[in-house]
Amino acid sequence: MSTSDVTPQGVQGERPGREAVTGSAAVLDGDRHRAPEHARSSGTQEVSETEFRSYYGQPILNQIVWEGRDIAGYLFLGGLAGASSGLAAGAELTGRPDLARPLKYTALGAVSGSLVALVHDLGRPARFLNMLRVFRPTSPMNMGSWLLAGYGPMAGAAAVTGATGLFPRIGRAATVGAGVVGPAVAAYTAPLICDTAVPAWHEGYREMPFVFVGSAAAASGGMGMLTAPLGQAAPARRAAVFGSALETAAVARMERRLGMVAEPYQSGRGGALMRTAKALTLAGAAGALLSGRSRVLSAASGAALLAGSACTRFGIFKAGVQSAADPKYTVVPQRQRLREKNGEQEEEGAN
Amino acid sequence: MAIDEEAGGQPGTDQPRMGFFTDTSVCIGCKACEVACKEWNMIPEDGLDFTAMSFDNSGGLGADTWRHVAFVEQREPLGYQETGVGRPEGEPVDLGMPSFERPGDSTGADERGEFRWLMSSDVCKHCTSAACLDVCPTGALFRTEYGTVVVQEDICNGCGYCVPACPYGVIDKRADDGRVWKCTLCYDRLGDGLEPACAKACPTDSIQFGNLDELRERANERVRDLHDAGVSSARLYGDDPQDGVGGAGAFFLLLDEPEVYGLPPDPVVTTRDLPSMWRYAGIAAATLLAGVSATFLGRRRR
Repeated sequence: MSTSDVTPQGVQGERPGREAVTGSAAVLDGDRHRAPEHARSSGTQEVSETEFRSYYGQPILNQIVWEGRDIAGYLFLGGLAGASSGLAAGAELTGRPDLARPLKYTALGAVSGSLVALVHDLGRPARFLNMLRVFRPTSPMNMGSWLLAGYGPMAGAAAVTGATGLFPRIGRAATVGAGVVGPAVAAYTAPLICDTAVPAWHEGYREMPFVFVGSAAAASGGMGMLTAPLGQAAPARRAAVFGSALETAAVARMERRLGMVAEPYQSGRGGALMRTAKALTLAGAAGALLSGRSRVLSAASGAALLAGSACTRFGIFKAGVQSAADPKYTVVPQRQRLREKNGEQEEEGAN
Repeated sequence: MAIDEEAGGQPGTDQPRMGFFTDTSVCIGCKACEVACKEWNMIPEDGLDFTAMSFDNSGGLGADTWRHVAFVEQREPLGYQETGVGRPEGEPVDLGMPSFERPGDSTGADERGEFRWLMSSDVCKHCTSAACLDVCPTGALFRTEYGTVVVQEDICNGCGYCVPACPYGVIDKRADDGRVWKCTLCYDRLGDGLEPACAKACPTDSIQFGNLDELRERANERVRDLHDAGVSSARLYGDDPQDGVGGAGAFFLLLDEPEVYGLPPDPVVTTRDLPSMWRYAGIAAATLLAGVSATFLGRRRR
């Protein structure tokens, strides 16, 4: 045969003998530069896990238009704020003012920063308030806007009354209120990203909230270790260990369950960030266990935990981008689902 | 925010649900639909960049491409190109121009290539269960009385949530404008009793506009005809109200698997799993609250 394929990689090999059945799609390969040679010559419908067809390798999904710095930063800051409020409320109620105060400031600073990031990422920032035009449970972003509209003022009141000493009863109510709503702020961002068609995000929706709250607890614990005196920081250290363990376990479980869809969490920039996050988080957790007597070790571990939490969010964001860019992650699982569906139908037909 | 499949476009009215049936088996890749769409909707120019893989110069659907003609080149004997039509009698003089001869005619059957082009005009699917509409935090996306999904450009704040939510990769953000754009199924023309610009411009009736129920009947008939003619690979895509998006308002007749045209084989509206997502998030939030509370238990050392 004289025919061959001209691709950007150069001329790709010759075609084997003519076994094509007229009109049959099964013997063809639309994605020629990707599919291995034997798949064509075998002429069967058997498709292994990684073989798939596509439109010249072009992605099926449109790429995420969010800026990593804004939205991954928002995920990190939202988690830090939410969990810090929880920890601050506990510290205030158990008489640890030197732990509560910096965490209240952290919560206010982080929620303000996250709001700025969120508005900055809009194509029309002046229309930000349109977010509160409707109440729509099918849109996690809309729910999040309402959640932040409730949580933000409470975190602000807690921090301001803590700093000034004015209105102590209102301050205490705001502290407790922010502490109770905070975990929801830390968790809702998981449905926010999972409620998309991005395979690495959507398919991980069971574990993602636990990754996020674990990462949030580790970050706020780290912040407590960084800012509070050793004597009052024991709950922060325990929160750091709890959060690190939860996050690490949830990430491991998610990657195992997702199979090939989890590849973006293991390769490329996303994979590198996830590995860095794991190393920083585990080092920080180890430091938290050992740093009961050393202020320096406590602060260093706290900083490692904060950095680890940020790396987790950026890693997950990057993995989503990688997952949307490759048609493999869209086509292969959907084909698999169709095969399973058809298999079930055949079984039903046989019964 | 899915609409009732049985009730048609707008519950409580007799306005039927309107849609597109794109029969790719008669598409000739003229791109008249792309041009008509751009002209009528005043979509800005966004470059003519060939992909270096085929004659496709618009790449895929996006903010500035609401109709996209895919060109798939395949080694497949079916549907050979009728390049000899209209050739004058007698031996042509060789001018060194690209010839009218079929590839391999002079070299004999053994050397002859097998080749076909699949062309398909892609468009927004106007899903029965539309993820873009569900996740929109401002209510900028809405369901029209024709059962179509349209963006209100004066409300969209450019959050970009709908972009990764669309399982087909249709809606996209226009960079210099900040808002998202997609096919409106020519909402403005429909109101005046006109068919959408792309369907109007299509010279082969590959793009058919009409009452969705009628289109489905017509499409089923067309598939039967093609199967009878031996084109066993003809299949409908997006016509099934039982599929993951509850059936598409714009569906297709394809001659190969959907992914070959850049379409997802089994798209599912992302909000189908949302109740479960909220449940897991609720459990996670409770876990965090419990975990943080537990750190304050135990004896104070100080």
